[in-house]
Amino acid sequence: MQDILLHLGQGLLEALEPINFGMMLIGCLIGLFIGAMPGLGSVNGVAILLPVTFLVPPTAAIIFLAAVYYGAMYGGAISSITLGIPGASTAVATVFDGRPLAVQGKADLALSTAAFASFIGGTVSIILFTLFAPPLATFALRFGPPESFCLMMLAFATFVGLGGDDIPKTIFSIVIGLVLATIGLDVVSGRPRLLFFDLPGFYHGVNFLVLAIGTYGIGEMLWTLEQTRGDVQVHKVKTTFRRFIDNLKRVKDYFGTAMMGSLLGFFVGILPAAGATPGSLMAYGMTKAMSNRPETYGQGNPKGVAAPESANNAASTGSMLPMITLGIPGSPTTAILLGGMIIWGLRPGPLLFTEHPEFVWGLIGSMYMANLATLIFNLALIPVFVKVLTLKFTILAPIIFVLCIVGGYAPEQSMHDLWLMLLFGVAGYLLRKLDYPLAPAVLAIVLGPLAEQSLRQSLLMSQGEMSIFFTRPLSLIFLVCGVILFLYPFIVAWRRRLQQAKAAAPPSTE
Amino acid sequence: MTVRTAELVAGVALTLISILLMYKSTDGLSIGWVPGSGPGSGAWPFWLSAIMLLSCIAILVRWFMRATPQARSDAVFIDAGALRIVGITMIALAALLLGTAYIGLYLSLFAFLFFYLRILGRHSWATSVVLTIAIPVFIFGFFEYLMTIPMPKGISEPLFYPIYDLIY
Repeated sequence: MQDILLHLGQGLLEALEPINFGMMLIGCLIGLFIGAMPGLGSVNGVAILLPVTFLVPPTAAIIFLAAVYYGAMYGGAISSITLGIPGASTAVATVFDGRPLAVQGKADLALSTAAFASFIGGTVSIILFTLFAPPLATFALRFGPPESFCLMMLAFATFVGLGGDDIPKTIFSIVIGLVLATIGLDVVSGRPRLLFFDLPGFYHGVNFLVLAIGTYGIGEMLWTLEQTRGDVQVHKVKTTFRRFIDNLKRVKDYFGTAMMGSLLGFFVGILPAAGATPGSLMAYGMTKAMSNRPETYGQGNPKGVAAPESANNAASTGSMLPMITLGIPGSPTTAILLGGMIIWGLRPGPLLFTEHPEFVWGLIGSMYMANLATLIFNLALIPVFVKVLTLKFTILAPIIFVLCIVGGYAPEQSMHDLWLMLLFGVAGYLLRKLDYPLAPAVLAIVLGPLAEQSLRQSLLMSQGEMSIFFTRPLSLIFLVCGVILFLYPFIVAWRRRLQQAKAAAPPSTE
Repeated sequence: MTVRTAELVAGVALTLISILLMYKSTDGLSIGWVPGSGPGSGAWPFWLSAIMLLSCIAILVRWFMRATPQARSDAVFIDAGALRIVGITMIALAALLLGTAYIGLYLSLFAFLFFYLRILGRHSWATSVVLTIAIPVFIFGFFEYLMTIPMPKGISEPLFYPIYDLIY
């Protein structure tokens, strides 16, 4: 415990370094803006902005991107409330009660509730993060290649079991990501693999950023262009200092709700397939179910704003826990952060704590401060954000496209990557219209090289015997959990069919 | 095109891609065990592509059984309004990339932004012109000057020599 406090103190000092602190503030601002824009969420922002961070040292870069992630979770509520359109998928549940409040002329109450609930969510989850991360990293030091491989399979199984999307399409998405990761020179044999049409551009492989920016930048913009052709109606936000103080006093009304949302969000956020969107929906459902006046939900109950907003902030912190300690991202956004860490020359996983403590603890320290900074920015700048939201999409879209193109070019400096990015963007947009999930592919292309490497090392250790994955206790546990998760949707479907058969049966049997 | 047709087209296309990937994985690579060095370099992509093929077959089977909402839907896949804005955007992006390869990024950006803001977006002259000039200048300052990552300039490279003299 003392150890943790000591490290945390050093982390806070690290985060106060001028460059880190400055990047944190800029990140919070950009994140709030990105979250507030309909069609842009944390994952889009982090994907598009990652190439820009090559300018600064890794610690400042991850602090910046984590702040963007964080700010976007706050910002999502702004458009949910004032426009009635979720600013990001993570803020969908905020619309349910935030919009009615805005319609009743209480937009300021809804916005301040969202801000304070987010702050509670962020604070609770970062404290949990600080307590859980070091022991988890120590535990993970025991992992060998077979454990790493099984853990990654478990991460993919969560998409099948909990993702809620069509199962064959989810599997397709995972596997295409893994296959795309194998393109290029094979590190073990040194031979080129899967070079289509012998294009030289495939030699350096398919950078995960090309897929991430393609789908989450270009594809997402195409999707939003299609969706937002209609007019958006902004609700006026009136606020005075007196009303602000009144709103502040109401925190105690929803403090308990926000605490529950935070805990739920944090633990749901750890799971790769779940994360902030289902976390916030679950928190909303749970407060409604536990309330003694459930009929007030959906009519403008501040608790209906507090629950999802605390949960989505907590989930974003929760999803960083497995990324930092195990090297397994807990969300598509953290998958991109993980890819960034590999570019910066850091090996994600438990060794990070011993090899680069300034990086890990600097990040943790900055998250405490980012939480506070975003709260202040959020409350102070609400009028500015509301003005920004009236911008027409035809101004924002070309700016995002330009950022996508320079960002996609910067890592490898190859025109080939840009064409591939456009192809992924268009294909991603079309497949998304058919309900193919895209997040598993992004996660898979980042984890692909690590998964293949650990599989090969495991098989070398065992001389080709697959039994190595079953005979080691930890890897067996991961594998069993993975199989259960994988089969879970089938079991649910089978039980439902059984119940239907039973319901249909009684007249004939009796 | 209905959603149902689109689902079939996508399923067939992805099946063909899976088969192509399986074939490419065996192309001069070993998919079995290589004594001394472990699994061959084609093994991992080959078996993954095989799983991909199975998932595509499952998608097609479910299409025939009308098991997914997409396989039952007779709604229009992309309506005329969406096709217009998305189609124009795609063509503009492809033109921007073509332009970047030959006449350079910055000149193409001027054309792309002007087209998108003034002609497609119908924004005022002032907004359009200011953004059309400001965005490429910002990109130049950030990438070329701060990060020293040269963007492709194609045949417009000589135009930048005086600026290089100034900043490097």
